[in-house]
Parts: sequence; C-alpha cells; structure tokens
Amino acid sequence: MQMTFTAADEAFRHELRDFIEQECDPGSRERMEKGLSIGKEDYVDWHRKLATKGWSCPHWPVEHGGCDWTPVRHYIFEAETGEACCPPPVPFGPEMVAPVVWTFGTREQQQQHLPPILAGDLWWAQGYSEPNSGSDLASLKTAARLDGDHYVVNGTKTWTTMAHFADWIFLLVRTSSEGKKQEGITFLLVDMTSPGITIHPIITMEGGHEVNQVVFDDVRVPAANRIGEENRGWTYAKFLLGYERFNMAGIPQAKRQMKRLRHIAGDQGVDSDPGFRARMADAEIQIMALESTMLRLLSSVAAGKDPGNEASYIKIRGTEIDQLMTELAMEAAGPYVVPYAPRALEEGWNEEPLGPDYAAPVAPDYFNTRKVTIYGGSNEIQKNIIAKHVLGL
Amino acid sequence: MLNVELNEGQLLLRDSVDRFIEREYDFERHRRSVAEEEGFSRTLWKEFAELGWLGVGLDSEFGGARDVAILMEGLGRGLVVEPFLPSIVMAAKAIAIAGGGDEGSEIIARTATGDHLLSFAFTEPRSRYHIDHVITRATRSGDGWTLNGRKSLVFNGDTADSLVVTARTSGNARERGGLSLFLVDGEGDGVSRRAYPTNDSRRAADIDFHDAPGRLLGMADEAHAVIAEVVDRAAAAVCAESLGLMSRLNDLTVDYSKTREQFGQPIGRFQVLQHRMVDMFVALEESRSMTTVYMGDVDATDTAERQRAVSAMKVQCDKAGRLVGQEAVQLHGGIAMTQDYEAAHHFKRLSVIHRLFGDIDWHLDRFASL
Repeated sequence: MQMTFTAADEAFRHELRDFIEQECDPGSRERMEKGLSIGKEDYVDWHRKLATKGWSCPHWPVEHGGCDWTPVRHYIFEAETGEACCPPPVPFGPEMVAPVVWTFGTREQQQQHLPPILAGDLWWAQGYSEPNSGSDLASLKTAARLDGDHYVVNGTKTWTTMAHFADWIFLLVRTSSEGKKQEGITFLLVDMTSPGITIHPIITMEGGHEVNQVVFDDVRVPAANRIGEENRGWTYAKFLLGYERFNMAGIPQAKRQMKRLRHIAGDQGVDSDPGFRARMADAEIQIMALESTMLRLLSSVAAGKDPGNEASYIKIRGTEIDQLMTELAMEAAGPYVVPYAPRALEEGWNEEPLGPDYAAPVAPDYFNTRKVTIYGGSNEIQKNIIAKHVLGL
Repeated sequence: MLNVELNEGQLLLRDSVDRFIEREYDFERHRRSVAEEEGFSRTLWKEFAELGWLGVGLDSEFGGARDVAILMEGLGRGLVVEPFLPSIVMAAKAIAIAGGGDEGSEIIARTATGDHLLSFAFTEPRSRYHIDHVITRATRSGDGWTLNGRKSLVFNGDTADSLVVTARTSGNARERGGLSLFLVDGEGDGVSRRAYPTNDSRRAADIDFHDAPGRLLGMADEAHAVIAEVVDRAAAAVCAESLGLMSRLNDLTVDYSKTREQFGQPIGRFQVLQHRMVDMFVALEESRSMTTVYMGDVDATDTAERQRAVSAMKVQCDKAGRLVGQEAVQLHGGIAMTQDYEAAHHFKRLSVIHRLFGDIDWHLDRFASL
C-alpha cells in the first residue's frame, strides 16, 4: 500500500507509541488483546490519560479542545491505538452529543458540557430507541410537556448502552403530535440523578449486561437543557448520525480479531486446512477492502471534497466483517466454544481454564456480535438510506 | 418408490412428543429445568420413561434412527435439556452395540426406566472431531481394568451414574486400532469430575480418571467401529433436533413479523423481510427432505452408506441452522438478543450443535473422501 507519511507524521507516530507504552494500563491492553471485556474504569482511565496530553477528543474543533490534525494523523492515531489494544473511545459523549452541543447548543451549554466530556469526568448515554420505536425511530413516544421553566418527561427508552454507568443522557422526546412525526421531536440533555429515572438491566443472550431499559416517570428537566429549538430535535439527531458514520468501520478491532483468529487457527491446526485457510484469506481481503474505503474517504476529505452518502455503506460492511470474524473464531476453536465460563471473562480470575485460554470469550463474542447489524440503524435501514439517497430509487 | 411415510407406531410416537412439548414444555418449563440443581429435571426424566421414550433407539419397536429422529425433533422444538442425547442415543446405544453381557442389559433396562443415568465420554482435550484421538489408557489389573486420563465435554457427565468411556488399550492417539469401551462408575474410586454449564444452558463435565476401575464392554482393541457408529447416530440425532429448533425459530419470526409494527405497518409486509423469511423456510424444508429420505441409512450395515448419509445431513442441517438462527435474531431485532426471549436460546443451541460430532468442514471432507 502506497501511503505517504511525512517526517512529522512519523515523529507523531513515535511520540504516540511512547505515550501508549508509558501511560496506557497494561492490564486493560492485555484484556483488550485477549478479547475480554473491560470495565468503566479502564475506559475512563485511558480517556483521562489522553486528556492530559490533549488527545482525548482529537476530532473536536480546536477551540473546544480538539487537535488540529490532518486526516492522515487521525488515521495514524486510530491505527496505533487500535494495534496497541488501547481501550476504544466511548462514543456517546465525545462523538455523539458533543458535536450537537457545539453546533446547536448555547454558549452556556457548551461551557457546561464540553469540558467534562473532554476531561473524561462525565459519562453519557444515548436515549433514542423505545420498545415500539426501533428502526422507525421517528415514531418515538416518550413525552415531554412544558411546565413553567421545566419539561416533565414520561416514557421508556430501551437498548440504552451503559446507562448504568451514565451521569447524563441525551434524549429524543415528543413535544408535539401535530404534523409529520419527525416534526414534533425535541432534543434534551438530562441529568441521570434526576428523581423519577429507573434503570432496568437487560441481560443479553451471552449473559452480559451492557444495555438497559430506562424509565422516565415525571422527570423534571430544566428547559435550559433543551438543545436548539423545540420540535427541531430530529434535525439535530440526523446531523449526529452523519457525524457518526466514519466511526463505524472498526478496522482496528477487525485487525485484532484477525490476529486472534490466526493464533486460534494455528493452535487448533486448522490453519493448514485448505478450506479454512481460504476463508481466513477472504476475511483479510474484506478487511483490506473496507480499510481502502476509509483511506479513499480520508484522502478525498483531505482534498476538501464532501465524502458523500456513499460512506453509509461503511456501517454495513464494518458490521458484516465483525460478525464474520467472530464466526470464523467459532469454527477455528471447535468444541472448545461449548463450555460457558462467564467468570473466566472477569478480571482477576485465575483458575485453571477449560481448554486453551483463548476459548472462553469466543462464543460470547459470537453471540453478542449479532447485535451489530441491528443497532445504530439496522443494516436493512442503512440499505434503505443508500437506495433512496445515493441511488435515487 | 421410496417410502418415507411414518408407520402407525411412529405416528403415535410423534403425537406423543408433540403433545408433550405443546402442553408441558414451554420456555418457562425449559428455564425451570435449567435452574434445577442437576441442570435438568429428574421428575420429567421419569415421565419420559413412563412415556416409553427412554427405550427409543434401543428397543425392538422403536429401535431405528428414524424413531430417534422423531423424538429428537420434538425435543429440539421444545428446547428440552433433559439428557436424552448423551444418555440414550449415545451411552445406552454404545452398550447395546458393543455388547455388555447381562450387566449391560441390566443397565440399559434401568436406564430405560429412568432409574439410572448414563453418559458417553469420548472426547478429550485437543481431540477436536477425531474420535480416535484417545490418550486415556486402560490397563489390565487383576481380573479387571483401570483407567487413567482425562475426558472433556462429557454432557451431563457431572450427574451420570455410570459413564461409558473410550480408552486406549493399545496403540497411540489417532490410531483406529487399540480402542476399547469401558463402563465406569461415575462416583467410583479414581473418578473426579469438574462440572460446568455450556453455552446452550446444558451441563457438561471434564472428568479425570486416576486408576479408576472400569469394566470392559465388548472386545478389547476393537471398539473403533462401535464408537464411530455411536457418534454418527448422535450426529444424525442432532440433525433431527435442528429441524425442531429451526421450525420453532421460523414460527416465532413469522409471527413476530406479523405483529411488530414499524413505519405504520407490520414489518412482515416489507418485501425484503418476506424474501428472507422465505429463504429460512426453504432452508428448513430442504433439511427436512434430506433427513426424511436419508435418516434410514443411519441403520445401514454398510458403513460407507451410513457415513455418506450422516455427513450429507449434518452439512445440510448445519448450513440451514446457521442461516435460520442468524436471520431469526436479525429479523426480530434487539428483542432476540436478550436472555429473556426464547429465540436467543434456540439460536445458541443451534450454534453449539454446529460444533458437535463434526462441523461442516469435517463432514465435507469425509463426504468427499467416501
């Protein structure tokens, strides 16, 4: 691959590598490398370390604390932190609500919310989906009624990732049922300690607790926590989705999965099986194709061009590859994936493992990863978007 | 013309299992069984015995692979965790084929009444799908034999009263000759069991044998053919179980698509989802055709004929199970990702079945070499 890095880029790469070696917790990195889950403190610790260097939210505008990096530099940052198995950024604060706040928020809102996100002091959750509004998000029913200078919020949000860690949540709520369903939606910022909020854990099929149902019962939210205008929330949400799409490729993760897969296949002896070898090679080529797409987009953005709606397919391909990698690991590990050893995934577990030490997370990963083609706008919805907005159908 | 219709007795067997699943074994019942101390219900196991199921595959009336398949399909649909597969399809059958003398017959009889639980210990660490990868050794000691070694992934091996164990009496790992079968007391001297749950909410154990006494079943050194037949029978049985799992998933998915509304209509009205449910339907029907036509060959005396049928069925059912399982989750959306919804558990059981008794690659390879 011909990619030109300047001497300054290379210097940056070395500085970054040194920083990772010195500052990123080896325990977090080891768990990431083995495909084990990490906890809130692993994410927060690394985010705060990056913040001391001014690198916690590099894609933010400089005036809010971002880095004035070229696309190539962003690429290096993502590739190096991914390769080194650093905890990935948690998107809800830095990548989702922050761009909305600096684009549509008041100066007060920016001053209140951006610095704690940058510093890693507050954890955010995203309150979008509801039990009856998944793919058809705009049909959402959680209601906010203005009462003096407060909104009173009632309703249920679901699939709320890591709400049990969250200090704040950004919500889409219904403030009007007049006109088109998209036109009565408002974007609110809500303090999770407000009275009337109840979090119900949802245990996913592999036994993990990532997502929750969050119930709002007469929760009073200051009107000052509204983003922009009432009934214009859908516009802000759509803006956010556009901002998000670059982050769905998961290239560093796919490369880590490939490395782990080669290890498992080697240990199990299936790396010499012609059929399996071909499937591994095919997966690697798929990762190369997706990475090429990312590089092509970066290059056109660097040249000042709009990447266009074509970039929507990154979410589709990124999630398909994610699922493919977990499935290949199932095949490679063979019968070792059958035992269920949740405690082997926890920190500090040091009993004799059942089978090789790579075995325990393989099946839970495969099960858990079925979600990726469902969340963030299911892949069926992504295809609708491409059909409509790119192909003009 | 091939006759694939069920006979009168088989129709009764099918009605009996269908009725039981329909009336007695819903998802809540499954969860209660899983929560039992032993990971399944002894009470239900006795009920299975009273229904005559614990003799299926063994007795003269329902002794064939097609009879086993009828029962397994129903058990699959209901997500039944009681140990019919390891105890009856594998261990009891192994004793019956190998010939265990009077003692063997007596154990099979007590197993059929639900008073004795068996399991089949044939896999070892690193044996993958190779039944001849046996390192566990049995040596003569006085009148009998003692076993040393480790078996892994012994289903319900934690609670089995007796274990049918494959062990090497001569030769080395991955040699066909030199394999023998032994009956070992699950609570006997020198047997230590490490129990664990499996990803499909069942139980298994890794079992260590340290000078554990065992009784030889059949001929020493000559058990390879018996083990191979038993594992083929198990592979065929989980193919039938897959049919039940897939049919339940297809029903749940179609029903859900008729009631879940998005964009002002049931999602089942969207053509893109309709076509995918049709693909799921076709995958199941093709698997059903294959198992209906080829299940009888599992009883063939010609080994190659049996192997060809089993490998073809396993490849077809695993491929179909993968498609149906993954698509059922996708089409349900988030709800099928949760532990409280039964489709997630059918999907997980299918995923485990794909890793048992030879995966697609293993069976393709065997099929191609026949």
